[in-house]
Amino acid sequence: MLTKRFDPLKGEMLQIMDAEGRIVAPELKPDLSDERVLELYKVMLLTRAADTKALQLQRQGRMLTYAPNTGQEAAQVGSAAVLRETDWLVPAFRELGAWLVKGVSLEHIYLYWYGNEWGSHFPENVRMLPISIPIASQLNHALGLAMASKLKGEDDVTIGYVGDGGTSIGDFSEALNFAGVFSAPVVFFIQNNQYAISVKRAVQTKASTLAQKAVAAGIPGIQVDGNDLFAVYAAVEEAVNRARAGEGPTLIEAYTYRLGAHTTSDDPTKYREDDEVLVWQARDPIKRTKEYLIAQGLWSAEQDEAQVAEYEAYALEVFRKVEETGEPQLEDFFKYTYRDMPEHLKEQYQEYVQYLEGKVK
Amino acid sequence: MALMNLVSTVNHTLDHEMARDERVVVFGEDVGVEGGVFRATVGLQKKYGPDRCFDTPLAEGAIVGMAVGMAINGLRPVAEIQFSGFMYPAYNQIVSHVARMRNRTRGRLTLPLVIRMPHGGGIKALEHHSESLESILGHIPGLKIVVPSTPYDAKGLLLSAIRDDDPVFFLEPSKIYRAFRQEVPEEDYTIPIGKAKIVREGEAVTVVTWGAYVHDVMKAAEQLAAEGIDAEVIDLRTIAPFDRAAIVESVKKTGRFVVVHEAMKTFGPGAELIALVNEKAFLYLEAPPTRLTGFDITIPLPRGEHHYFLDADRIAAGIRDVVNF
Repeated sequence: MLTKRFDPLKGEMLQIMDAEGRIVAPELKPDLSDERVLELYKVMLLTRAADTKALQLQRQGRMLTYAPNTGQEAAQVGSAAVLRETDWLVPAFRELGAWLVKGVSLEHIYLYWYGNEWGSHFPENVRMLPISIPIASQLNHALGLAMASKLKGEDDVTIGYVGDGGTSIGDFSEALNFAGVFSAPVVFFIQNNQYAISVKRAVQTKASTLAQKAVAAGIPGIQVDGNDLFAVYAAVEEAVNRARAGEGPTLIEAYTYRLGAHTTSDDPTKYREDDEVLVWQARDPIKRTKEYLIAQGLWSAEQDEAQVAEYEAYALEVFRKVEETGEPQLEDFFKYTYRDMPEHLKEQYQEYVQYLEGKVK
Repeated sequence: MALMNLVSTVNHTLDHEMARDERVVVFGEDVGVEGGVFRATVGLQKKYGPDRCFDTPLAEGAIVGMAVGMAINGLRPVAEIQFSGFMYPAYNQIVSHVARMRNRTRGRLTLPLVIRMPHGGGIKALEHHSESLESILGHIPGLKIVVPSTPYDAKGLLLSAIRDDDPVFFLEPSKIYRAFRQEVPEEDYTIPIGKAKIVREGEAVTVVTWGAYVHDVMKAAEQLAAEGIDAEVIDLRTIAPFDRAAIVESVKKTGRFVVVHEAMKTFGPGAELIALVNEKAFLYLEAPPTRLTGFDITIPLPRGEHHYFLDADRIAAGIRDVVNF
C-alpha cells in the first residue's frame, strides 16, 4: 500500500515521474494505456488553454473575476481520472481540470464565471456539486454523499477537494473525523498550492505536511508530488479502491504550486519572489507530461503546438457563445428559492416587473 | 388514537415515517443509543438499526453538512441539533449551503432535509439552552421554519417537513415537551407548512403567537374574555414562509394587532409581522401594532429567567393596553 510506504511524518512523498518526465519509480506506475495518458494530457492542455483565454477575456473586461488553475493541472486531472461516472466529485473552486474530466462542459464553467447560476446546473449524469467558495465547508457534503452511498448499499465513492488554506478550517477536521468514525467511502484531496491568497503554507500550520493531519483522525494519509500525473493517479486510485471496498476514507495531499494569481483580483508579486516562481515553472506538470509523451514517441512538439492553438480557439468560441446567451432571466432569481414560489416572493417579483414595465413606457 | 405529549409525538412521528420511507435517516448527538437527551428518538436505533438512527461525533457543522450531502444523494435526513444554542457552529452550512443549493444549481440539486432542535426556554435550563432562533433563520431565503404548539400539530407538521423537498427547520418548544398530553391519531395525516391556525376567534384584537406561548396567550385571552375583551388568537405554526393572508384578514376584521414571542424585541420576528400589518392593513388600524416580547438582553440564568419570559398576566396587560388605546 502506498499509504504505508510513504509516511508523511517521515517527510516521504510519492513521486513516479520527475520534473523532466522520467519515470523514477516504474514499479508504482499506474496501469494506464498510452491512449488514456494522452487523453488525460489533452485535458490538461484544454484546462490551461481555457485558463489562458479566460484571463485574456478578463483583461478585456469581458470575463468577470476568475480563479486560474495554471500549474495544478496534473493534480486536478489525475485525481478525477480515477472516478467512474456514478462517483461524486465535490469541488472547492480551483479544479477546472477535474471538472472537465468528470464531464462538465467548458460552456457551463465559463457561464458560471460569467456570472450566471445556470453554469452550476450540470446534466443529470454529471455527479458533481457546484463549486464552494466558503472554504472547506464542502468536505462535509462529500462526507454526506459518501454516507448516503454507504447506507444505500451502493459502492460509489466521493472525492472532496480543498486547498492548503482550507485545512486550517474546522470543517476539514470535522469531515476527516466523521469519515473516520463512520468509515465513509470518501477521498479528501488537498491541492496544496502553497498559498491561501497571499498567506504562505507555513503560516497555515506548524505541521510539516498537510497529509499528516490524517493521523489524528485515524485514517491513512499520503503526500504526493502534485505535478506528477502518475503519482496523483496512483494515490487516488488506491484510495478510491479502498473506499469502494468499504475500507474507509483517505487523505491525499497533492504538493503543487499555483503559478498564477489567486483570482484575477490578486497580484501575486506583492507576496512572493520571482525566483520561487521560476523554480516551480521548471516543475510544470504540463511540461513534464509532454516530455514523457514525446520520449515515448506518443506525441510531438508540433502536435502540441497545434493542439494548444485548437483548444484556445475552441475556448474563445465557447466564450463567445456564453456572451451571446449568458444573460440571466429575471424570474429565475425568484423561481428557484423554493420548490414552489411562496406568495411573498410572487408579490416581490411582480412588483419589480411592474416597475420595470412602467420604466420602459 | 393515543394520548401523547409533544416529545413522544415527535418520537412516534419519526417512527411512523422511518417505517414508511426507508430513505429517512435520523442522527445527531446522543440520538442513537440514548435516544436523545429529551428522548425524542428513543427506541429508533433498536428498531431500525444503527445505519438509520445513529450517534455522531460532536460537530454541528458536520452534522448539518453531512445532511446536505445525504439529501443530494437520495436520502431524507432528519438531523437533530441537541439544543438551539448549539446551532451556531452550523450556521455557515445553513446560510451558505442548506438555504441556497436549489437556487445555486437552478433546481438541479435539492435538499429534502429536516433539522430538528429544541426551541425557546422557560424550563430553568442551563445557559445557552433557551434560544429563539426565528430571526436568525427567518432572514435567510430558502429555508422553511416550523414551530408546533401541540402534539397533534407536531405530527402533521413534522410529516409535512420530512416530505417537503425544501430544507425545513423544525423547532420544538422544549417548555411544552411534556406539559400536556393530547389525542394523536395513529394514522397518517399532514398539516400544510405555511398555514396559520385561528385557535380562538374574536373581534376585538388579533394576537399572533406560536410555540409554547400559544398556551399562555390562550390563558390571557380567557382572562380578557371575562372582562368583555374578545381576542382573536392565531397560532402562526410556520415562521417561514408565514401565512400573510391569515394575519391581514384578521387585522382587517379587528383593527388591532399584537404579536407575542419569546425572542428578543429588536429585529425580532414581531417586527416583520408588524411591517406586514402596516403595509397591508394600515387603514384598518385603530391602535399601534404592538410587540410583547423578550427584552433585548441575554436571557438570564434560571434564577432570573421568569423576568424574561412572559406569563398570561403580562400578556393580558399588554393586550388590554392595545384594546384601550
